[in-house]
Amino acid sequence: MVETDTRETLLEAIELTREFDGVKALDRFSFKLRRGEILGLLGANGAGKTTAMNCLLGLTLPSSGQLFAFGKALHSHRIEILQRCNFSSSYASLPGNLKVWQNLLVFARIYGVPHAMQKIAELLDMLEVGHLRDRVTGELSAGESTRVNLCKAFLNDPELLMLDEPTASLDPDIADKVRKVVRRVQRERAIGILYTSHNMRDIEEVCDRVIFLHKGRIVAEGTPEDIVKRSTEQSLENVFIKIARSGDLEDAGDKAPAP
Amino acid sequence: MNLRIVNALLLRYVFLYTRSPVRLVEMVFWPIVDLLVWGFLTVYLRQSTSGDLPQFITFLLGGMILWDILFRAQQGVAISFLEDVWTRNLLNIFVAPVRSAEYLSATFAVGVLRICVTAVALVVIGWLAYSFNVFVMRWWLIPFFLNLMLFGWSLGMISTALILRWGQAAESLAWAVPFFIQPVVAVFYPVSVLPAWLQPVAQALPATHIFEGMREVMRTGSMSWAPLCWAFALNLVYLALAGGFFVWILNYTRRRGLLTKFSTQ
Repeated sequence: MVETDTRETLLEAIELTREFDGVKALDRFSFKLRRGEILGLLGANGAGKTTAMNCLLGLTLPSSGQLFAFGKALHSHRIEILQRCNFSSSYASLPGNLKVWQNLLVFARIYGVPHAMQKIAELLDMLEVGHLRDRVTGELSAGESTRVNLCKAFLNDPELLMLDEPTASLDPDIADKVRKVVRRVQRERAIGILYTSHNMRDIEEVCDRVIFLHKGRIVAEGTPEDIVKRSTEQSLENVFIKIARSGDLEDAGDKAPAP
Repeated sequence: MNLRIVNALLLRYVFLYTRSPVRLVEMVFWPIVDLLVWGFLTVYLRQSTSGDLPQFITFLLGGMILWDILFRAQQGVAISFLEDVWTRNLLNIFVAPVRSAEYLSATFAVGVLRICVTAVALVVIGWLAYSFNVFVMRWWLIPFFLNLMLFGWSLGMISTALILRWGQAAESLAWAVPFFIQPVVAVFYPVSVLPAWLQPVAQALPATHIFEGMREVMRTGSMSWAPLCWAFALNLVYLALAGGFFVWILNYTRRRGLLTKFSTQ
């Protein structure tokens, strides 16, 4: 298949496999994430999303396969690559015993952000949590905490951002605001974002392209609209349920072409 | 190694300690309790005995204070790591551009700060309450402190590596590891009282030479440089081995996918 997309490849996985005690959590997982693209990584619990994310972040080493970011091997250029990336997850909180500005200042210093306090103030305002600046992080609500985590993720103006369920535990109003911020940052800075969520509304609104995983393998790939069209379902949510139950986009086994 | 990152990590611990007076109290509470118990014991022994024993008794206080230097240095590394585990911050650190050497250096610096706070408290209370003057060891105190701190860092890296490998279930090792070696390193008694087969083991540990040296200095006012050189050389070996062990375990946890369990525990 001839590649028509000429945008820079920010992240590339080639035949990534990760086994845990003989069970394949990821099975020859290959994909590319390009500059200016938001790629959704979808699948039921246990499909391999978290393992994939952990491999991409260098937290878990793959059993086989290769990983490249900005054209460089992740394993041998880890620090250089992480300097240009960032990550936010609803499951990895900032230390609860520090104030919000203290946590953000520490990470700003780690990433070498110039004019750190000014940058922190801008980000807190952008995510509408400026009033939380002097609050103790552990006392924030789940929604507030998620938005502060997002501030941390935007601190170093990353070119590549990994967001693990960024709208989990947010009410619809705040979730909508977060989606808009993510979209806006992606448009303005042409960054690449890898995005996981169980909320299909999120995915349809935010992602340019999605990958469905089932038992560690890619079972469908394309734009959300394209995937719905190729299935016999009426919505992405129903496609998700179908894949979670049958492991296939269509009962007949029509899989997406290789990327 | 990037000093900016070491400073940033250190800043996190400074924020943590200055925001929490309880942590500062914890840093001096147990050492002071130890000092009071040992101090009153020495007073009792001094009153009940005569001859050479009183000087011998001061060895106990000296040993106790120097042991705390080693212990606090080890705690600086191990407890700093546990703070990141307890606050579920470890993932944020591991996905940031932080090298193992930078992370460890920041915890070493925390160890130095902890030592300063604890040592000042012990020296002042030892002098006021028991007329125990730690400066009787004069300039020898500097190589004593330095060597015990280096060995504490090595033990801290080993404790941290074991917690990385076995998870939070093994966090009691953060406190237990130094006490595994305490009976052997001759803190309160000379190496000669150990069984013959255990004495070579004791000599292979840098702290032993320091505690032996401390007694020599307190008795004679001086000591040979040879034990200090031995201690320093052994410390370099232990630092290299402990650092290598930490990196090896870190890579092992990455290979086995164990690192992510710290975000869910």
